[in-house]
Amino acid sequence: MAIPKRITKEIGRLVSEPVPGIEAKSHEENIRYFDVTITGPVQSPFEGGAFKLELFLPDEYPMAPPKVRFLTKIYHPNIDKLGRICLDILKDKWSPALQIRTVLLSIQALLSAPNPDDPLANDVAQNWKEDEQGAIAKGTLAPWSASREWTQLYASN
Amino acid sequence: MSEDEYDSFGEDGEDFMDASDYELSDGNDDTSDMDDDIFAEDMRKPREAYEVDYRVLDVAAIRAMQDSESSQVEGILGIEKEHAATLLRHFRWNKDRLIERYMDAPEAVLQEAGVITDIHTAPRLEPAPAGFCCAICYDDEPDMSSLALRCGHRFCKECYSEYMTSKIQKDGESRRIQCAATDCKVIVDEHTVSLLVTKPVYDKYRTLLTRTYVDDNARLRWCPAPGCEYAVECPVPQAALKSVVPTVHCNCGNSFCHGCGSEDHMPCICALVRLWLRKCADDSETSNWIHVNTKECTRCNSTIEKNGGCNHMTCRKCQHEFCWVCLGPWSEHGTNWYSCNRFDEASSKDARDTQAKSRQQLERYLHYYNRYANHDQSAHLDKELHNKTEKKMEEMQQTSDLSWIEVQFLRAAVDNLVQCRMTLKWTYAFAYYLARDNQTEMFENNQRDLEMAVEQLSEMLEQPINANNIKELKQNVLDKSTYVAKRREVLLNDTARGLADDRWRYMVDV
Ligand SMILES: [Zn+2]
Ligand SMILES: [Zn+2]
Ligand SMILES: [Zn+2]
Ligand SMILES: [Zn+2]
Ligand SMILES: [Zn+2]
Repeated sequence: MAIPKRITKEIGRLVSEPVPGIEAKSHEENIRYFDVTITGPVQSPFEGGAFKLELFLPDEYPMAPPKVRFLTKIYHPNIDKLGRICLDILKDKWSPALQIRTVLLSIQALLSAPNPDDPLANDVAQNWKEDEQGAIAKGTLAPWSASREWTQLYASN
Repeated sequence: MSEDEYDSFGEDGEDFMDASDYELSDGNDDTSDMDDDIFAEDMRKPREAYEVDYRVLDVAAIRAMQDSESSQVEGILGIEKEHAATLLRHFRWNKDRLIERYMDAPEAVLQEAGVITDIHTAPRLEPAPAGFCCAICYDDEPDMSSLALRCGHRFCKECYSEYMTSKIQKDGESRRIQCAATDCKVIVDEHTVSLLVTKPVYDKYRTLLTRTYVDDNARLRWCPAPGCEYAVECPVPQAALKSVVPTVHCNCGNSFCHGCGSEDHMPCICALVRLWLRKCADDSETSNWIHVNTKECTRCNSTIEKNGGCNHMTCRKCQHEFCWVCLGPWSEHGTNWYSCNRFDEASSKDARDTQAKSRQQLERYLHYYNRYANHDQSAHLDKELHNKTEKKMEEMQQTSDLSWIEVQFLRAAVDNLVQCRMTLKWTYAFAYYLARDNQTEMFENNQRDLEMAVEQLSEMLEQPINANNIKELKQNVLDKSTYVAKRREVLLNDTARGLADDRWRYMVDV
């Protein structure tokens, strides 16, 4: 199947104008398949980590969203054990005017600002909320120690 | 360049429709041919106490209804009809609420519903302006056919068409398809859809719209018969379902309850039907078996299964030990347990009383359930009988000089019989929940009369038919059939009046 012009252009732009903290390389043998690395945002419990993801553009793309999954283990309320991500633009809020770039930026933003009220991993969300409430009570920043530990353990080179 | 000329410009694929040979007919066209083509009968006025107002609508009539509601709102709010339709859909066809909210805050309502009312920018296919690059395909060839909704978000025609087609075909969406731009809430209106997709996709879109219209409208319900495309309009609101059973008859021959969508369940009200069906689902497989093989623990009432021949029972839940035969406590049995000489002991008597009580409850349920299930099964057998009769009727026409018309009475009688069996079936579910008082006697008499008549008719119809006895049989069947129908009417009228007068007392809260 011919590769739509849009995909070729998107890939070109990802190379020529890279996004800070995000690296996306498409496979030579299958241009629809991408190896992605997102750097943990500063001042987040994922700081210092390098998270690997896989991204795949289905045939219906851009009418259907890309499929994205974390490969590196991560302790995050909106990401489950299998690395699946709970993000509205990857589901019902997808629009064909969104791009690979915007999707990856949204995932990066999700690392900075998790949403424990719309959890995919319930136990993690519970932990996060408790951590946050404890921190508010003490007037400190939430330690989110489990996320930090996992970042140390699984996402550091 | 005119719009029509433009549409056929630069087309290479046959995938995309040409708007010039496929125009959305406007409201005026619709109403002009409505009288001949659309099946929209008047409301059928009830004759009997158990009947309700209703009418059957075909797809064209349902569309005409949407159309006339949109026209009304168009007139009242002074906005375009397309917009009126989008607003009504947003408000799930609650016209009063829409008008009230619109009068209050028109801007907010329009925004919330994704409507922009600017007549000068009506969406149309046009060549893209200079420097345009489609944000979906990244194509930037000059003069591409393109379209923008009133929000101004422009995409090339090919992408917009593909987007709409995917929303309609793949996601089954119709009412809430938004602009293709990220986060833009503007709704693609019906006319714009017609510019963008092929005829089959547009037809699917219209079908989906009609479906949501019926689903959103409390007065409408699709006929649940498989493959039937009629909907039925009935004004009985959900809140009235305790005092009326709104049974309707579709033109396809199917009768159903407009209140809950189940089969015709007169005279039982919807709430009791729900309870009954749940109870049957919970109990049916187990109750027969339980009946024979279990008893309830005499201390905690949990069910105990007898496996093996030993009569020394120990309750798994409370560890109570008792005798299967006399239900007395095991401790008092000593070694001569098998003679159960403790039979007259007070403790054993109490136990048997409780046991009897819960047994009795089960017996009671089984009494009603068996009759309910029996009529259900008989109705199915009667339908088979009907098929056999049909064959026999054909034979008779060939072997005798009887005409098809002359044997039609058999078919009518079987239909009548099946309907009465369904009514009887539901009288037993109703009776199960009915608290006994002086009102129930009349009900039970009516039930018994109908049941007797039904069994007589049923027997009559199973007699062998031949050219010699047909005249006599016909007269008997017609007489009995009329009588049976009359008994059914009497029963249904009495229960319906009882419902309307709040005369029935139930053993459960409904
Ligand atoms: Zn395009
Ligand atoms: Zn828009
Ligand atoms: Zn029908
Ligand atoms: Zn019902
Ligand atoms: Zn017990």
